[in-house]
Amino acid sequence: MATFGSLSLIIALALAAYNLFAGAVALRLIATGRPAPISPERLADTARRAGIAGFFAVTAAAFALVYSVFTNDFSITYIMEHSNRALPAAYKFAALWSGQEGSLLLWCWLLGTYGFVLRLRHKTDVKLYAYAGTILAAIQVFFLAVVNFAAPPFSLLRGAIPADGNGLNPLLQYPEMVIHPPLLYLGYVGFSVPFAFALGALMMRYPGEKWIKITRVWTLVTWLFLTCGIFLGMHWAYAVLGWGGYWGWDPVENASFMPWLTGTAFMHSVMMQEKKGMMKSWNVWLIFSTFLLTLLGTLLTRAGLVSSVHAFAQSSIGSWFMVFMGIVIAVCIFTFILQRDHLRSDYQVESLVSRESSFLFNNLVLLTACFVILWGTLFPILSEYVEGSKVTVGAPFYNRVAVPIGLFLLFLTGVGPLLPWRSTSLRAIRRNFVIPSIALATTIIVCLAVGVRPWKDGQFDSGNFYALVGFALSASVFTAILSEFLRGAAVIAKQTGKNLAASTYVLIRRNTRRYGGYIIHIGVVIVVIGLCGAAFNRNTERELALHDTMSVGPYTLECVGFTQDSNANYNSDYALLDVYKGGKKQFQMAPEKRVYLASQQPQTMVAVHSVLSWDLYVVYEGTNPESGQPIIKAFLNPLVSWIWAGVVLIVFGTFVALAPSQTPVTASVRLPAARTVPAEAVLKGGD
Amino acid sequence: MNKQRTHLRFGIRAVQALLLAFAVCFSLGATDASARYDHLNHQLMCGCGCGQVLGECNHVGCPQSPVQLAELRTDISGGKTDQEILDGFAAKYGMTVLAAPPAKGFDLVAWIAPVAVFLAALLGTILLIRQWAVGKKDAAAAPVSTPEMDALREKIRRETGSEGGY
Repeated sequence: MATFGSLSLIIALALAAYNLFAGAVALRLIATGRPAPISPERLADTARRAGIAGFFAVTAAAFALVYSVFTNDFSITYIMEHSNRALPAAYKFAALWSGQEGSLLLWCWLLGTYGFVLRLRHKTDVKLYAYAGTILAAIQVFFLAVVNFAAPPFSLLRGAIPADGNGLNPLLQYPEMVIHPPLLYLGYVGFSVPFAFALGALMMRYPGEKWIKITRVWTLVTWLFLTCGIFLGMHWAYAVLGWGGYWGWDPVENASFMPWLTGTAFMHSVMMQEKKGMMKSWNVWLIFSTFLLTLLGTLLTRAGLVSSVHAFAQSSIGSWFMVFMGIVIAVCIFTFILQRDHLRSDYQVESLVSRESSFLFNNLVLLTACFVILWGTLFPILSEYVEGSKVTVGAPFYNRVAVPIGLFLLFLTGVGPLLPWRSTSLRAIRRNFVIPSIALATTIIVCLAVGVRPWKDGQFDSGNFYALVGFALSASVFTAILSEFLRGAAVIAKQTGKNLAASTYVLIRRNTRRYGGYIIHIGVVIVVIGLCGAAFNRNTERELALHDTMSVGPYTLECVGFTQDSNANYNSDYALLDVYKGGKKQFQMAPEKRVYLASQQPQTMVAVHSVLSWDLYVVYEGTNPESGQPIIKAFLNPLVSWIWAGVVLIVFGTFVALAPSQTPVTASVRLPAARTVPAEAVLKGGD
Repeated sequence: MNKQRTHLRFGIRAVQALLLAFAVCFSLGATDASARYDHLNHQLMCGCGCGQVLGECNHVGCPQSPVQLAELRTDISGGKTDQEILDGFAAKYGMTVLAAPPAKGFDLVAWIAPVAVFLAALLGTILLIRQWAVGKKDAAAAPVSTPEMDALREKIRRETGSEGGY
């Protein structure tokens, strides 16, 4: 199977190289109109077919690795290092991305899958897709070269083959680890597609903004994957790492967050290009930067440049990525300089207070946040270079610098939709901002009344201050968005005589993109409320003998047993805790500590009881070696479930935004499907 | 005029209040012992190499965090100031024990750069929009009479038959 896998990867590389070479030659011939011994259209089509075949070759390689994991083929070094016989089947899949080589193969496979779909859908716009497919092939060549030569997943073990493997990293033996990395990678890899379209459109001087409409679905879907990947990662960190938090500003987390920020900025500013023909150069650079940040993140966390809590895979592939990034930057700059006259804006912003300028400021804040995170991630390297000693840039830095930026962004989320396009009058501002301002002021008063005050014992408390501002802004933004829904629904209700709920549904269906976006914004508001809850976290730690109790918030935990268990994969210690509230038993929790047999690594299995107002989060810290009694740490984390609820709303909003709008015309008169134009004809005439 | 002056004064007061709020926000900290302990153990990293903040390091049998936490308690009860405690830890365990770069020497750049970039970008954006807005007004005010435009008008007149027709 190792030979089959290696051969598949070589074939995939050859096919991607052919796709790149033949595609580039064909597009050059079409652009120059020079006579050639072979029809450039046919050559371009062979390149496209090679790209499709390449997908099957990478799929075969990925299958070979998964098959080897399931058949416990420990002659393959990667399998020996990342799996063992007792590993449950679901986690054997996770072995595919638990190490450097496997995760790069997954990257190649996902890139191949995106390329496969792109090449199948080429009839949408044959020439643009040919450009995008060729650029995507160039990216595929790089990643396939890395897995063939720098990090081969099928390299064989030297010497005797062991009877069992080292097992999977215990941190990865958690259900979310079966879906979190693939989703994150789908997001990372997916940004290659809008990048390829943007670069292709720029190279061919694509007329108009249609390429943005074509790539919109790709960008949104990619953004959705990345969003889900990031939040699943947060949930995994919360449930597995056992420190009571979900975001630690670790370089790996930062690496995923940076392209998300620039991708989000792109999705906002691209609307300006579609509607007004503005910010063309800006948008091109945003998507270039997003793609480059996915590469930079991979470089930072895999090349050992920065240390990370959960960098599972580090090796010396850094130089490969540096060279590739250098090439990508050079190509982007060269193409931009060559075609910059094509990117001249049709219109410019007319007023400082307008919808357009709010988009600009939104981009500014998102990019500043991205810079802050990049700066914080890279500063230890810079400091070591300048001063000779490394410093740590951890949570206190980001909390102090990034949180105010985040709050400003939240403010803009509320302000933006209330401003009209072009310019606005003082009267319009007054009219639109009265209700959100009242909500803001009311929330501040209510928060102060219930005890959310920016001071504690006469001293200023920055955590509480940020929470207060966060709650107030959230209420204001929520009211602003809600009033947008109500205003639109009221007009439809008046026109159609339908009730408010039905009118809201019609409103959303008529402009799914706009109202889907608003739903996403409400999701963001709910996430922010959840994040603000962290300012009020409480925790307590105690060694518990049988029937001892400990209290956290309104809960009292009584230890009713502690015991040990074992299976083929791990041994575990766990405690049984009865939880009381108001003197009544509510439920039982069983926090656990495992030691995995193959790797001899310990792992926390946190017990979490989640309600809308808070999470009771209980960790089995360890066993006192002298008394043999468990040491339990209990956290009361307010509003955490709001974060996950907000994400669900973000996902829902994205699906709404992806759905086609149903205008009153299309609702009543269905147009026949457009005729398909022959591919060759479009390719010839489209230049 | 008076109204303008009142607005200006109000604006300056608002900016002053905002700056004061931020200054208070960034300069003050909690002072009672348990709050100080909690605050300080989140300003330090666990020295075992796990990459966790000291107050949140929870891995089984960590050889370092109980020792460091005990030292922190001793330092607080010994009456040391926050800065003295942080300096003491940095001297003993190296600069990487501090969870954020100190605001002095070259490391001050870590704190200044984000604010500088944000302010520069903000100012740049405002100036750019103002320039665009002024350019737009100028363009609207200027008589549109370039040779190209005249030729275009002539062409439109001919093609739409608006010259010498009805």
